[in-house]
Amino acid sequence: MNRRCIVLSLLLMLPLPAWPVIETYDFSDTSLETRYHALSEELRCPKCQNQNIADSDAPISRDLRALLHTQLEQGANDAEILGFMVARYGDFVRYRPAVDENTVILWYGPGIVAVIGLLALGLHLRKQSSVTAAPMTPEEREALGRQLAKNTPTPIDTEKSP
Amino acid sequence: MARLKLFVPLVAFLVLAGFLFKGLSLDPKALPSALVGKPFPAFLVSELHTDRMISQRDITGEPALINVWATWCYSCRVEHPYLIDLARAGIKIIGLNYKDSPGPARQWLEDLGDPYQLVLSDINGTVGLDLGVYGAPETYVVDRHGVVQHRHVGVVDERVWQRDLASYFADVVVPSTSESTAVEGIL
Repeated sequence: MNRRCIVLSLLLMLPLPAWPVIETYDFSDTSLETRYHALSEELRCPKCQNQNIADSDAPISRDLRALLHTQLEQGANDAEILGFMVARYGDFVRYRPAVDENTVILWYGPGIVAVIGLLALGLHLRKQSSVTAAPMTPEEREALGRQLAKNTPTPIDTEKSP
Repeated sequence: MARLKLFVPLVAFLVLAGFLFKGLSLDPKALPSALVGKPFPAFLVSELHTDRMISQRDITGEPALINVWATWCYSCRVEHPYLIDLARAGIKIIGLNYKDSPGPARQWLEDLGDPYQLVLSDINGTVGLDLGVYGAPETYVVDRHGVVQHRHVGVVDERVWQRDLASYFADVVVPSTSESTAVEGIL
């Protein structure tokens, strides 16, 4: 087997999909670069559903990253950029959608449920601690003693049993 | 009352199970367009065949399908014959040639037939971006006022047409192709 064949077959085994997104953008200011990374992690790739545009190698993510870079360089603020994206791709495009009538239950629902749960737990515990057992009357004590004596097996009984 | 309280977990479970059951039949990929109910975004691009500049005013007037396609898109080739059937039946179809080069695009239409009344040549994808396109093929229904009414992601075939799109073109009857394909299947 010649050398070229081996090299070619080894090349075929290269794990292509494992390569991360490699792109370089030049920023005029390092603060823009920080915002670029923050925004590209918050924006969701419309095509691939469960990746942000920073991780995704889909063509649309590439376009959106390029657009993000352009907008940042043009001096748009975060709200403007997110508004631009949402106007085109809907709330879906943000991993942290804005609070409005559609999303308010998602934002505050879990907190409300947790508060209800804690209140219920508190009420329950308070009710339990306020219930104290009333002391037994002498008659009850006697009846209990009789009952216990009746049910206690005698030593002979235990020996007899198999 | 205390007895009724015992049913609270059961009711909560049933409500949750109901939501989860509904979730089984929802398509997680269904992504409604953010533009439904809004006017088609303004654009100024060249027309693929004539090279004259066209704008959103050129596509309004009657209900139309806006079909996003490209020569690099395999599914577009699958969809193409059905678009030709629709065009023959009298549906106005506008093409949006998305991130493509005009040369191969013209050749493609010459080879496979041209169902489009106009084709927007969106070479760098800006119209697509304003429309919220994230792939091809995608098809939008635009009413005669130029308002986006519906978006379909993926291939338009007869099933999709009947289910989602035909109602926007109530006065046009598209002949069914299922009979002819059935006959072809037998032969």
